[in-house]
Amino acid sequence: MNAPAKIQETNAEQSLNAQFDAIFAQTTQKNANQRKQAWDAFKAKGIPHRRVEEWHYTDLRSKMNDAFALASKTTPKAEALNGAGELKTYRIAIVNGRYAPKLSSNQEVAGLSVAETSGVLEAQLGTDDAMASLNQALVQGGISIKIDANAKIGLPIEIVRYTDGSDISSYTGTSVEIGDNAKALIIESFEGDANAAYQSNALTEVKVGDKADVHWLKLQVESPKAQHIETLSVELGAETNFQHFIYNEGSALSRAQLFLEFKGECTHAGLRGTSLLKDSQHADITLFVNHAVPGCESREYYRAVVDDKARSVFQGKIIVKQAAQKTDGQMMIKTLLLSDTAEINAKPELEIFADDVQCAHGSTTGDIDEDLLFYLMARGIPEAQARKILVLAFLSEAIEEFEEEQCVDLLEAMTRKWLHADDLVSE
Amino acid sequence: MLEIKNLHAEVDGNKILRGIDLTVRPGEIHAIMGPNGSGKSTLSYVLAGKEDYEITEGSITYNGVDWEELGADERAAAGMFLAFQYPIEIPGVATMTFLKTALNAQRKARGEDEISTPDFMKLVREKAKELKVTPDMLKRPLNVGFSGGEKKRAEILQMSLLEPSLCVLDETDSGLDIDALRIVSEGVNQLRSPDRSMIVITHYQRLLDHIVPDVVHVLSKGKIVKTGGKELALELEKNGYADYVDEEAA
Repeated sequence: MNAPAKIQETNAEQSLNAQFDAIFAQTTQKNANQRKQAWDAFKAKGIPHRRVEEWHYTDLRSKMNDAFALASKTTPKAEALNGAGELKTYRIAIVNGRYAPKLSSNQEVAGLSVAETSGVLEAQLGTDDAMASLNQALVQGGISIKIDANAKIGLPIEIVRYTDGSDISSYTGTSVEIGDNAKALIIESFEGDANAAYQSNALTEVKVGDKADVHWLKLQVESPKAQHIETLSVELGAETNFQHFIYNEGSALSRAQLFLEFKGECTHAGLRGTSLLKDSQHADITLFVNHAVPGCESREYYRAVVDDKARSVFQGKIIVKQAAQKTDGQMMIKTLLLSDTAEINAKPELEIFADDVQCAHGSTTGDIDEDLLFYLMARGIPEAQARKILVLAFLSEAIEEFEEEQCVDLLEAMTRKWLHADDLVSE
Repeated sequence: MLEIKNLHAEVDGNKILRGIDLTVRPGEIHAIMGPNGSGKSTLSYVLAGKEDYEITEGSITYNGVDWEELGADERAAAGMFLAFQYPIEIPGVATMTFLKTALNAQRKARGEDEISTPDFMKLVREKAKELKVTPDMLKRPLNVGFSGGEKKRAEILQMSLLEPSLCVLDETDSGLDIDALRIVSEGVNQLRSPDRSMIVITHYQRLLDHIVPDVVHVLSKGKIVKTGGKELALELEKNGYADYVDEEAA
């Protein structure tokens, strides 16, 4: 009689029920418990909607009309995978959620080991987010990457996550362990068949030791019809440098959620990114940065260029625990709106319990500066070209802070291509 | 030849120019002097084609072309150059990239071939040296971190590279020390030629010791109230603008 009103399950949720039952029937006993727990956690919440604060601006329940069938194992042609383009890398290919050794590098790299897994992650998640739980309930496969202590991996480690087919969904789980004093550059791409409609859900857990140096570039270039959900959970040791950059270009709907916790003192984390949105794209970047220990520094700098009827969502929360004295956290969101119908929702937040900290956040939104435009035009540069120059300049400022030259070049080339700015002189 | 006839212009509904007549022939240098708020900078923006600067009456023609028909970029390709009073900083745009883009955009608009990179580099280095623009400045983003003097030298470098036929210098002397004023003036004087017209806008006579004008105009409340030879600038330096401002008020 006083039972809570049950929200009616959506079409997508009903499809998920059937998918879970099928997966659960054939899973191993060990994974069964974890899958069941994850499924129960998901079921308790359902697909997130606008009344869930963390998902307020991305009403997935209304945007996800159906849950596509779980993708089966396929072997696409190697040429279909773009990854980091021309760069020489150690490639790890994940197709439809599963490790694809035939498309991956197989040479020995000292200090690096890569193994196929079920995708069910052993570590404790830094989140109880419903879509991360759903990932663990349905996960199709994954890998674990280990980088030994003191290993300096010279080649970029490239993880190509490819969804092969239309009207399918893929779930993948990845664990990454980076030892003390290790150094690595990871370039991760999310891509799929051009114009295919699919859903990809990736969950990645990263543990970084002390005194490590990690650069991590995520290229989100999914098909323009894709729905992309990625959850990245990161724990950092002491005196470590962790630099993360999201290049957000693909998907009809994308959500990147990053949960980062400082576990050791005097560590620096730089979280940056650019979103390039047009048509009716919806791109959400949501961060939770937890300063749990003293003396750490975090930078959260994101820029978005939003055209047509696209919408950019940024939510960033920096939490400074009582013990985390001498924390230095700076968050800045800058957005260029290129049309009257483009939209940005920016919600930077600080939650500070320590009294000796330096924290700031800010957000600016605007159109292209008319004075800058006039200056370029007064030198003979036609308006369309001048606008491209200014958009490129706006994004380049963020890109250059990533400080990995090969990635900066790659990002600038991708940005130029997006802008159709091949006519712009390069340096 | 530049011909301005009965030019009225306004910005955001504020009437600033109230009937300017001015003819500048090839090879001539005209100085426009006047107190603050007399409309000097507005005239330069109207000539360069800044949006929001609306011509409400009268006309501007340059070499027979109705200037109002052309956008700022087309005016530049047709020979117009405005040296800004406050050159704009553009982070993220490399100075060299900008210079090359501007030069090639103008060439393209005129149906000429693009300049090759080696030729361009050689050209910039030569001109930069004359204007004491250091290689370090050329490596920085456009005008970013430049001192006031460096910005003005960079403006004249652009002018010298783009080789315009109609130059408007908007208070190029403001913010310059004596040495920088000399360098900038020498740069401008080198560009004097029988087929190039210049309009030099300034508050002070000092600049006109270096860049000697053929004609001096006094602008007050959006109108030219007095025209004379270079000696007019000396008279203004001595007596100030009071005579002209009062005359208008009376």
